[in-house]
Amino acid sequence: MNEKEKRPNIERPLTKDMRTDGQALDIKEYVRAGGYGGLRKALREMTPGDVQKAVSDSNLRGRGGAGFPTGKKWSFVPMGKDAPHPGFLISNSDEMEPGTFKDRILMEGNPHQLIEGMIISSYAIQADYAYIFLRMEYGESAKRLSKAIAEAYANNYLGKNILGSGYSLEMRLHLSAGRYMCGEETGLLNSLEGRRATPRAKPPYPQLCGLWGKPTVVNNAETLSNVPHIVKNGAQWFRGLSCTDDGGTKIYGASGKVRRPGAWELPLGTTVREILEEHAGGMREGLRFRGLLPGGASTGFLIEEHLDIRMDFDSVQKAGSRMGTGTMIVMDDRTCPVGMVRNLIKFFARESCGWCTPCRDGLPWVEDILHAIETGKGRHGDLELLEEHCALLAPGNTYCALAPGAVEPLQSALRYFREDFERHITQKSCPWR
Amino acid sequence: MLTETERREIEQELKSYGRKRAAGVEALKIVQRHRGWVSDEHLEEVAGILGVTPDELDGTATFYSLVFRREVGRHVILVCDSISCWITGYEDILCRLQNVLGIGLGGTTPDGRFTLLPVCCLGVCEQAPAVLIDGKVHGNLSPEKIESLLEKYE
Amino acid sequence: MDGKKTVTIYVEGKPHQVEEGKNLLDACLSLGYDIPYFCWHPAMHSVGACRQCAVKQFRDEKDTRGRIVMSCMTPAADGTRISINDPEAVKFRASVIEWLMTNHPHDCPVCDEGGECHLQDMTVMTGHSYRRFRSRKRTHRNQYLGPFVNHEMNRCIACYRCVRFYNDYAGGRDFGVFGAHNYVYFGRYKDGVLENEFSGNLVEVCPTGVFTDKTLKRHYTRKWDLQTAPSICVHCGLGCNTIPGERYGTLRRIRNRYNGEINGYFICDRGRYGYEFINNENRFRFPVRLERHGDGEKTGTFGSGEVIPHIKSILQRARGVIGIGSPRASLEANFALRRLVGKERFYQGTSAGEARIMADIVNILGNGPARTPSLRETESCDAVFVLGEDLTNTAPRMALALRQSVMQQPARLAAGMKIPRWDDKGFREAVQNNKGPLYIAHPHGTKLDDAAAAVFRGAPEDIARLGFAVANLLDDNAPGPVKDLPGEASSLAEEIARALENAEKPLVISGASLKTPALIHAAANIAFALVKKGKPACLSYAAPECNSMGLSLMGGAPMEDALKTVQAGEADTVIILENDILAGQMAPDQAEALLSARNVILIDHLPGRTSSMAGIILPASTFAEGSGTFINSEGRAQRFYKVFDPSGDIQESWRWLRDIMVDMAYPGASGWLTLDDIVSSLSAEIPGLRAVANAAPPEGFRMAGMKIPRQPHRYSGRTSMNAALNVHEPKPAEDHDSPLTFSMEGYAGQPPSPLIPRFWAPAWNSAQAVNKFQPEVNGPLRGGDPGVRLFEPKENALMDYFGKEIPQAFTPEKERLFAVPVYHIFGSEPLSSLSPAIAGRIPAPYIALRPEDAEKMRVPEGHVIELPPFGSLSVRIDGSLPEGLAGIPYGLPGLKDMELPAWINSPAAAKKGGQ
Ligand SMILES: Cc1cc2nc3c(=O)[nH]c(=O)nc-3n(C[C@H](O)[C@H](O)[C@H](O)COP(=O)(O)O)c2cc1C
Ligand code: SF4
Ligand code: FES
Repeated sequence: MNEKEKRPNIERPLTKDMRTDGQALDIKEYVRAGGYGGLRKALREMTPGDVQKAVSDSNLRGRGGAGFPTGKKWSFVPMGKDAPHPGFLISNSDEMEPGTFKDRILMEGNPHQLIEGMIISSYAIQADYAYIFLRMEYGESAKRLSKAIAEAYANNYLGKNILGSGYSLEMRLHLSAGRYMCGEETGLLNSLEGRRATPRAKPPYPQLCGLWGKPTVVNNAETLSNVPHIVKNGAQWFRGLSCTDDGGTKIYGASGKVRRPGAWELPLGTTVREILEEHAGGMREGLRFRGLLPGGASTGFLIEEHLDIRMDFDSVQKAGSRMGTGTMIVMDDRTCPVGMVRNLIKFFARESCGWCTPCRDGLPWVEDILHAIETGKGRHGDLELLEEHCALLAPGNTYCALAPGAVEPLQSALRYFREDFERHITQKSCPWR
Repeated sequence: MLTETERREIEQELKSYGRKRAAGVEALKIVQRHRGWVSDEHLEEVAGILGVTPDELDGTATFYSLVFRREVGRHVILVCDSISCWITGYEDILCRLQNVLGIGLGGTTPDGRFTLLPVCCLGVCEQAPAVLIDGKVHGNLSPEKIESLLEKYE
Repeated sequence: MDGKKTVTIYVEGKPHQVEEGKNLLDACLSLGYDIPYFCWHPAMHSVGACRQCAVKQFRDEKDTRGRIVMSCMTPAADGTRISINDPEAVKFRASVIEWLMTNHPHDCPVCDEGGECHLQDMTVMTGHSYRRFRSRKRTHRNQYLGPFVNHEMNRCIACYRCVRFYNDYAGGRDFGVFGAHNYVYFGRYKDGVLENEFSGNLVEVCPTGVFTDKTLKRHYTRKWDLQTAPSICVHCGLGCNTIPGERYGTLRRIRNRYNGEINGYFICDRGRYGYEFINNENRFRFPVRLERHGDGEKTGTFGSGEVIPHIKSILQRARGVIGIGSPRASLEANFALRRLVGKERFYQGTSAGEARIMADIVNILGNGPARTPSLRETESCDAVFVLGEDLTNTAPRMALALRQSVMQQPARLAAGMKIPRWDDKGFREAVQNNKGPLYIAHPHGTKLDDAAAAVFRGAPEDIARLGFAVANLLDDNAPGPVKDLPGEASSLAEEIARALENAEKPLVISGASLKTPALIHAAANIAFALVKKGKPACLSYAAPECNSMGLSLMGGAPMEDALKTVQAGEADTVIILENDILAGQMAPDQAEALLSARNVILIDHLPGRTSSMAGIILPASTFAEGSGTFINSEGRAQRFYKVFDPSGDIQESWRWLRDIMVDMAYPGASGWLTLDDIVSSLSAEIPGLRAVANAAPPEGFRMAGMKIPRQPHRYSGRTSMNAALNVHEPKPAEDHDSPLTFSMEGYAGQPPSPLIPRFWAPAWNSAQAVNKFQPEVNGPLRGGDPGVRLFEPKENALMDYFGKEIPQAFTPEKERLFAVPVYHIFGSEPLSSLSPAIAGRIPAPYIALRPEDAEKMRVPEGHVIELPPFGSLSVRIDGSLPEGLAGIPYGLPGLKDMELPAWINSPAAAKKGGQ
């Protein structure tokens, strides 16, 4: 199918039932809106394999940032009589990527949707336990999810012999204690085991050797929230929601100095311009657009010339960045790109787990150079030193994806806003201050 | 000494995790919920309950940024210093906070009322700049709103 | 390797055959390439943290771009192509060092690690030399970690090796990593003594100067100024290989000497820090005469050349001369004494109990069907049963080996997930807390219990009964069934039997420490039964001293018989060899009786209780000042070499004895000029020791016509060291006993393994240089590991089962307690106890009581009681003791011993107010 011509059905399955007063949908409201229908269908009419197939066919790609096909991820879990147990399914609700707040909106507004998605997904991989790994600062989400889990237990959507199907699942909400690394799926596993959240080597992949050495799937909260709808309405319907070959809608967001910062459920592949101008209302009065990070702090800049590309995994990648979490951070013309990048790098340097050398000791150095440049102490050769670091902190050179992600905005800023960097150095001060 | 309630809550937590070590950070957060922070004495006690050494427990605890191992004030103000808040002017908010409270980041007011700490992106970027006080988000801040905001906290 | 496939990999385009699946760092180092690394360790494997070992990997011949991979995390597959010299890889590796150096202090000139620093080596290797980072360095506070290890955190490069060794490998729990990002901190929760018995290895495991040897610091010498020789640890029966370093006539430190079959890369803290007894200021340096007069004692010295004629005249006038040997003296010394007094008049210098046990052990291992494993093999055993040994305290390095053997069965689980053992992080995450079967039966809790699948507590007899029960379950023909075994014990016996039977390579361990022959027999029966089932069963016995095995092989009656000989008037002269018999296991009154013989001649190095009752004392060399042979508990004969030439008249005991024999015109004695001479005599004379002559090359061995230098080629100050005494540089001491010289001149390459005085290779100044001495990383040293094994299991050797006497179950008594000896790594071995660092870790004498007993006696923890014959003991409450038992520490300095285990009167009677 020609991407350009694909017209999606404008539907908002993830958010349409949410209340307008900001309160969570409770179980009655959720069920009235058709909630847990997907679960009933899965348990009554589908084998775990059928559910996996539906999700594969739906072309659902992970919403955690990397866009890995969800069905494929699940397919690596050993199934059948000899499969090791217990198995685990984990909702990655850590959402600590700066600029990202989409999972919070889903969890606060419709906690049961996530829970139902998790139960169906657990069924699909025959997990015995499901965890919601939630960042500690999300107090409101925690409250609402706890209540929803209790409601789900009370209605036998969780616990022993769910709805008489013979399938049992225990679910727990786990509150983290701060650290971006916990969102990295293997760091998350260590964290859940009560260890330091340093990442694990892959292979072995979590599907084979995850939590407590047992089969485990980690999916993003938004990814999992999509599952009930796929099961209920079918893969084809799901694909039809999107402007691209990848199925579904996407919660896009925008922050920074735009008129209406926020998040919106839109067809996957909506253009950057539409999100920025129509939904976020364009730049605030008197400000001009200079660039944006399309999907969180670890994605490279897009600039004016990219506004008409589609926000989907492949198109953004082609433009040299990544869709990431799909929540964009917008930079205006009164914001110093050097300062902005320094703020980003400072975050990553502080959140480095301290395991591998390039990230642990490289990022603080990068931060240091940026700080020097920003405060007028930059030297000739500093930009080359920064570029050198961008190349050195490439994927594969570090242990996990944190450091490579960290230098993405820097690398692109050096490309698109190079004069701004140079001006700092020659002027020996920040032109914006 | 931990109180009966704290102990009970920790035991409860142990049950839900099955494996003791896994409940370590959770147990410390229980102590923190009751006391604001985790002292050495309490960390050692929790380690005893979990059957781990203080070294093991603290090695984990100190990894995480929201387990406080030093005494904090009655109210903890976490100021988001990440990107959306930076763009929208968190530095001015921080500056005002520091001036009003007379302390720097990491400091506690002499009357023990407030502790000021930086925090990573709070995930409320649409309301940037934002701070979290005692777990509650305050968004769309401006320096002018600071004083009245603080008044709510005894 | 067994059935492992070889594949071809290409390094810089050159083909090499390597084992499939091995990681590329290991493979390349084994092939002789230099790749810098930090977090990888040959015994602790890969975790991919430091990123220093990066190389370029190419998909195929046509791929010219390639990609950076960590060689330590990449398995070798057929056709793998890598380049170490690829410019991008070279650049990346240099950058890693540059990052590490951003915070590393520039204190090399004053750093204790300087000169043997892996970080220095790697910095030079990567070519990093110019500092571009222009900000401040982060700083840390250092911690007090006890008397062994110094802490200087600012030098840390966060390679995580220390925690991986201390916690993951050695099972320590009072150490860790704290904090995050570039503020990670490696140390303890709070300042305090590192509790783990292997803490000293941090000094070698740490690639820089964060953890350094605190004892060396007190008398620091630059590493290249140390004179070293291959040596053997004298502080337990395992015979770990060591490298003592000397300067100015004192020993400055001990380092691990790699022996792939024994200690590998690690030794225990007793072995590392016990050396300072050598520097003790009370050492005998000249012959001493001690005369007892009515009004007290008088000591006198001998004029030059006087002592030997004096002894000769004593011996000539004596009405019978007997010799008392020693389990801590060399084979040569014991043999010389035996020759002097005659085989029939040579006594072992151990108690009857110990001598009998050692004789049984020698018989079982020498003639039985079960194999005595090296420690390397111990690590590969997949089910282990320990009967009555607190290994952490009696054979520490073996305990460390068992911590690895419990990973054998989990390794199969990981292999099922295709996780190679070298992927240490993946491995540990996969196996979690799973441990293979290790069963420990001991009267009290041991430090190894945390690694055990189950523990059993009981009196020594009850442990033996459990053992007999296991053997009987494995083979009906083994004595048994054991009557009235309590239900719990019998189900445990079932469990143990099943675990051993299902293992690929089961191991049974016991030893001499509880002085209970039934334990030795029960352990043998289990091993025999397993062999009968076709299992390649291993059997280990911990021996009490560094040469207990050698002494036992030499034979001779125990000390109690020596006393009888004296009391029967058949001897009035006793020559005692390196043995403080009054502090030993013989009952004190018996020892005293023996020492009241008319003439007592002692050959030893330090004053002790015995020396005050001797008439003549000859100053003996320690292991560092003489050469000789020990036989370890595995039955491996190993040579140790003189590290430095001692001052005064100190010489090897065998030389003193030879001198006496020469003076007395013993036939052949004048032919004993060198160590080789006496070794060939002893191996010819004693059948069990025939192979000893092959333990190391003879004196005449040369490399390219040269001797092997004890001093490194950078040794400094030779011409000026003694200038304060004499401006003429003295002629170096000569060594007629070995192919080593006291010099920096000589053969510069790699000598045969028993003669390696230090591990050094060009560009490799640190302990990591060992890689260069192995054809394969972590494998044997080139030409095989040092030492010769004296025991091999006899094919079809059918030894009868022991145990016509399965002991009765232990019955607790009301008025008495059965006291078992409790061993302490620091304290139970007399020589190391004299070293100040160790002395600081020795517990005060105590009695361990069950809480119930303590309550009955109304004595709280810490209360001091007076209990003859031990003296003052403070009460220690130990909930692990079974009913009717108490524990008394073994061999502590200042504790008057009786031979344990034994019944003692319940201390209630002897209770004294206090505290
Ligand atoms: C440093 C780091 C932080 C991450 N944080 C998050 C996070 O907070 N939430 C999330 O869903 N994924 C996060 N990810 C991605 C996860 O590792 C993982 O890919 C994701 O949870 C998979 O879910 P998905 O397949 O549904 O996208 C992070 C990755 C890295 C490298
Ligand atoms: S890149 Fe390295 S130090 Fe950074 S977070 Fe990942 S593993 Fe930790
Ligand atoms: S040695 Fe390979 S990453 Fe450290």
